[in-house]
Amino acid sequence: MKTTGLWSRFGANVTAYGTTLIFLIPVYILINLSIRPADDLTPPVIPSSRPTFDNFITAWTTSPLPGSILTSLIVTSISCLVVLVIGTMAAYPLARSTSRLSTGTFYFFMIGLLLPFQLALIPLYIQMRELGLLGTVWALIIVYSGVQLPFTVFLLTTFLRASIPLDYEEAAQIDGCSPLMAFWHVVVPLLRPAIGTCVILNSVGVWNDFFTPLIYLSGSGQVTIPMAIFQFVGQYTTNWPLIFASLLISMVPVLTLYLLFQRYVIQGFAGGLKG
Amino acid sequence: MSSSGVEVPTRSGVPPVAAELSKSRRRRRRVRSVGRDLWWLILPGAAVYLYVVVVPTFQGMQGAFTDWSFATVGAPNFTGLENFTRIFNTDAGPAVLRTLQLALVVVILQNVIGLALALLFNGRVFGRNVLRTIVFAPMVVSALVVGYLFKYIFGPPGVGGVNQVLAALGLETVDFLGNPTTAMIIIIVTVLWQSIGGNMVIYLAGLQGVPAELEEAAALDGAGYWKRFWFVVRPLLAPAITINLMLGLIGGLKIFDQIFALTNGGPGNQTQTIATLIYSYFSQYADYGRSAALALLLAIGIAILSIIQFSVLRRQERNS
Repeated sequence: MKTTGLWSRFGANVTAYGTTLIFLIPVYILINLSIRPADDLTPPVIPSSRPTFDNFITAWTTSPLPGSILTSLIVTSISCLVVLVIGTMAAYPLARSTSRLSTGTFYFFMIGLLLPFQLALIPLYIQMRELGLLGTVWALIIVYSGVQLPFTVFLLTTFLRASIPLDYEEAAQIDGCSPLMAFWHVVVPLLRPAIGTCVILNSVGVWNDFFTPLIYLSGSGQVTIPMAIFQFVGQYTTNWPLIFASLLISMVPVLTLYLLFQRYVIQGFAGGLKG
Repeated sequence: MSSSGVEVPTRSGVPPVAAELSKSRRRRRRVRSVGRDLWWLILPGAAVYLYVVVVPTFQGMQGAFTDWSFATVGAPNFTGLENFTRIFNTDAGPAVLRTLQLALVVVILQNVIGLALALLFNGRVFGRNVLRTIVFAPMVVSALVVGYLFKYIFGPPGVGGVNQVLAALGLETVDFLGNPTTAMIIIIVTVLWQSIGGNMVIYLAGLQGVPAELEEAAALDGAGYWKRFWFVVRPLLAPAITINLMLGLIGGLKIFDQIFALTNGGPGNQTQTIATLIYSYFSQYADYGRSAALALLLAIGIAILSIIQFSVLRRQERNS
């Protein structure tokens, strides 16, 4: 909304910066605490008098973080790729076919957006145990491939319906493309913005998920990043500077990704949900 | 949305137009079959969806009515509603109520504050893109990490950040997480700090769809800020409100990571919610039946609330 007048503009700026500062206080405490020695007991709002990077070195060398980054990378990339491939394939006929069966199938997928994962948790747990996949990254990859699918199908289908006119495929077919070629060479490239949104939202979701690895990886040597944090915090309950250093390390990958793609993350987040 | 003033070609009008229309309609029908020719593209997705989501969900629903546990050999026995009566006779009854309260408070605050922030950051604020980026950033960080960060900030006297500041200022310290009421407030604050950027962004996207001319016209007619907001902006934000309320409520009912990190359901089980209890029945007691029964309650709750919300909000969207 437009605010007119110098005073109201001034007020809006002050409020906006004040609010942002409030949002930044926890971040300031996080950084400030991570660079102070454990025996420094001054309140966390006072800048550290003896800043040190020792906590980061200790956290990196004694926590399971280094290995967990690799595990998280494997799980996130493979499951997001699988979701994207099968999701795009499914979204195309769902968006284009107007038959009742197709509409029904779309809504059937959408039910998955509402179902809490907890309901499928135990049967899947037993299933993974029987397959011998419990404690391996494969259990996670399979679970995420299914759980992330409804959202991806929803986003790609609505995007296809709303933003890609049939004319393109029509033209391609008149030029001699088979339906499959028209899909691959015409539709998939046009879907790129929605695919980008799916990649970002799915990978942030999988990367940060704690509940699923807590169930399917616990007891095994393999850990994802949130699990590594969980174990590390359990081990050093009172050494907050050390814990905060490890929290910061764990945030670096996802925050870097966010800052690089922040415009698309925010756009995708808003636009993707707008349909 | 009436089309008065727009010339609509009718079939009884000029014959060539009609012919052209029916031709394009025929062609359209032919191309529509693209989807049907390629129906098999759905198969891999449908298979994974059925295997990971649908079938286990049904099995979980069945399991809710059995004495299923870690020790069960062979098929578990059907026990009817026993799991549900046990749930309501133990600490889960209050947890169900608490979950509803938590979700409700979170969703209201998310939308009020999220909308206020969106209005603020949509105005003429210097460097507003940077500010938006900062407010949204917690969204992409793991909820568990955020939980631990706030666990320190609101930790007990002598340890917690806020308490150290209070002590340094000579004020009385508070054991925030040791008291059920303040612990719930801290859980809400933590969830809000992390999630509000997302609500703000959805509202910002909605505000982009509000034409400046409309607002200017209203301003010329003498409408003040609140009148303009209520009668011009708010109706156009209806879809954004719907999405934020739906996602907020579903998310609010499922909050797990932050509680797990902050209180792990304590003190004395007084911050347990459905999500944390499902996990503790599963992991501590390996009582699969009870865990599944609770998950079923969560699913039913989400379904009912979503349906109510969806129909109410849809009607409102149509009215405005």
